[in-house]
Amino acid sequence: MPTDQIQYRYQPGNLTRSEPNKLRPENLRAEEMIINLGPQHPSTHGVLRLEVLMDGEIVHEVVPHIGYLHRCFEKHGENLPYNQVIPFVDRLDYVAAMNNEHVYAMGVERMLGIEEQIPKRVEYVRVLVAELNRIASHFIAIGTYGMDIGAFTPFFWLMRDREHILRLLEWASGSRLLYNYIWIGGLFYDLPVGFEDRCREFVRYIKPKLPELETILIDNTIFVDRTAKVGVLPLDLAINSGVTGPILRASGLRYDLRRVDGYSVYPEIDFDIPVGEGRMGAVGDCWDRTFVRYQEIHESLRIIEQCLDKLTGEHIRTRDFDPQALVPKKIRPKAQDLYVRGEIPKGELGFFFRADGKSDIPFRCKCRSCSFVNLSVLPEIAKGILLADLIAIIGSIDVVMGEVDR
Amino acid sequence: MKGLLDQKFENGGVMVTRLEDLLNWARLSSMFPMTFGIACCAIEFMSTGTTVYDMDRFGMAPRATPRQADVMIVAGTVTFKMADRIKRLYEQMAEPRYVISMGSCSNCGGPYWQHGYHVVKGVDRIVPVDVYVPGCPPRPEALIGGFLKLQEKIRGESLVAPKAVEQLLQQTTLAEKQGV
Amino acid sequence: MTFENFNRLIAGISLQHEVKFDLNARPNAVLLSPDDLIPVCETLYRNPATYFDMLSCITGIDNGPAAGTMEVAYNLYSIPFDLHLMIKVILPREAAAVESVSHIWKSADWLEREVFDMYGIHFKNHPDLRRILMPADWEGHPLRKDYKHQEYYRDIKVEY
Repeated sequence: MPTDQIQYRYQPGNLTRSEPNKLRPENLRAEEMIINLGPQHPSTHGVLRLEVLMDGEIVHEVVPHIGYLHRCFEKHGENLPYNQVIPFVDRLDYVAAMNNEHVYAMGVERMLGIEEQIPKRVEYVRVLVAELNRIASHFIAIGTYGMDIGAFTPFFWLMRDREHILRLLEWASGSRLLYNYIWIGGLFYDLPVGFEDRCREFVRYIKPKLPELETILIDNTIFVDRTAKVGVLPLDLAINSGVTGPILRASGLRYDLRRVDGYSVYPEIDFDIPVGEGRMGAVGDCWDRTFVRYQEIHESLRIIEQCLDKLTGEHIRTRDFDPQALVPKKIRPKAQDLYVRGEIPKGELGFFFRADGKSDIPFRCKCRSCSFVNLSVLPEIAKGILLADLIAIIGSIDVVMGEVDR
Repeated sequence: MKGLLDQKFENGGVMVTRLEDLLNWARLSSMFPMTFGIACCAIEFMSTGTTVYDMDRFGMAPRATPRQADVMIVAGTVTFKMADRIKRLYEQMAEPRYVISMGSCSNCGGPYWQHGYHVVKGVDRIVPVDVYVPGCPPRPEALIGGFLKLQEKIRGESLVAPKAVEQLLQQTTLAEKQGV
Repeated sequence: MTFENFNRLIAGISLQHEVKFDLNARPNAVLLSPDDLIPVCETLYRNPATYFDMLSCITGIDNGPAAGTMEVAYNLYSIPFDLHLMIKVILPREAAAVESVSHIWKSADWLEREVFDMYGIHFKNHPDLRRILMPADWEGHPLRKDYKHQEYYRDIKVEY
């Protein structure tokens, strides 16, 4: 045991010096207390710390503390060439890495001006793997949310089904979780031979499983009792707080960047956008958010089927197709500022680039992450609820700390 | 057909073994990991616990609290803000406790080694580590390989000759000889 | 968002400095001086012709000790009218300070805290300006171009 490498030295007051509490015990009333839901807790949302002011079981105020997973993505973005940043972009929202790469690659291609020349087959493959990853991300979101509520079985079922998606993506890219597959100007490899058939098999396999999920979790009386009318997010507060993604759609606004911006080949694909309707009591409650995610899985399956039709029909693989044909040897965009955004499973992921035209390293690469902004709405909607409802609300916001802290 | 133990003990039986082997076997067959997922490796850790790469068949049932856990699997990037908390969690675990460093980030800082000002370059700068599992993220099979390596390490442990106590005894006798 | 429209929108406000445009940026950018930020933002937010209800992103940019300036870029989006706009504010590098827009858009709350944490730009009238991602006792503002990380934190070596 290499104990000689340990450098950490404890001093009393270390913890309060690095992350002081905002609430002061002197200002409390007699019945109030401050509870700390520390960075390590069994709810699997990563290292998020919550300082909760409670009166018995009722929450009066929540103060989130983040930064426990700050991995300096933007510093790496300022020191590495554009194409070498892609593995770091993967690790932002690590449950749906293909979507992050898609938005980043789209941004750099827009800066270079080669966005219109990307071959259609490459675009369809990108959309295919992005939608597969969207399904995987929603599986984790719904599965871990059920586990937070107390339902263990849907979590195991969904992770088992997610393994099929991970195996497909491993076959295509080489890695189960963090792919480095979508490159600037194309893809790392083309899809393997036989991928389309296996993917269709997967779609056929998963379609009957979704009504099972609906029965066991979404329509389950206990789940409905715990999540309906809890954590209602009014639409004006959602828009003002910059909330995007399934949370905004659950509050009633049919706003999906795949339709609004119409990037990549999404305008040629036919799919609907589910919106929260308040079926279980209130529009924009936790149940609505989970139900919107569930419906999005169905829509993603539709998109995948259409992509597969195109990839085996119009844009079938040919012998001389090279996915790296348009990958530039030197990525040196002209001096400009660009803000690119795309719809990842959790909301709007945006990258702000500043290129100075003189080097192949970004001058500034800022990531506008949806989980960061979505989490900022938590103190507003968590007033006057019970502690168990607070866990339900955090689960329904579906944060990934890799994206919050970057 | 009866199992091995049932056959041996059907008329009452006597088992002869070393105490160390028995205790080590009991310890390694039921290691309870603490659910301490920090980043991407936590997703692979969760996958290891699910039905496809079942972790429970090795006796590992995740416990949320460090007080009831045997092994802390540091899965993910350790940052300076988190360093204090990891040390505190490690100290809250009861002996015998082990640490598995899962993934490249907690082994050595991982892909963030060069420009990561807020990343601790390896969790072994904070807590003593027993097994390092490489990968970014390591496959579930790799993590299970790490568990098995830890089990081998525990199999070779010795309780009956505790080194710390022996050292202490040596120091005491030395002090007595010098007339302190 | 064309610039004739923009000029028409802000025609009613008395601005202290001239408004410049940057047509090279996507979405098109407007360069304001720090004093004009709040009146322009409030007009953009309230005007029924272009109701900019979502503030997507606040970015801090450090142009380096040679250039001597820092910038803050605001990305606005109007959901009803599908309009994008970028507002850039140029600040001096020493003691950079600008008014906070968090009373107009709530998303600015945490976004401005992050810019403060990473660059040290002070936002006046912000309800709660403190570090958000780095530990509270960290020295320096990490994303500045002349940032040198501290040698040790809690006695752990910061370098590899």
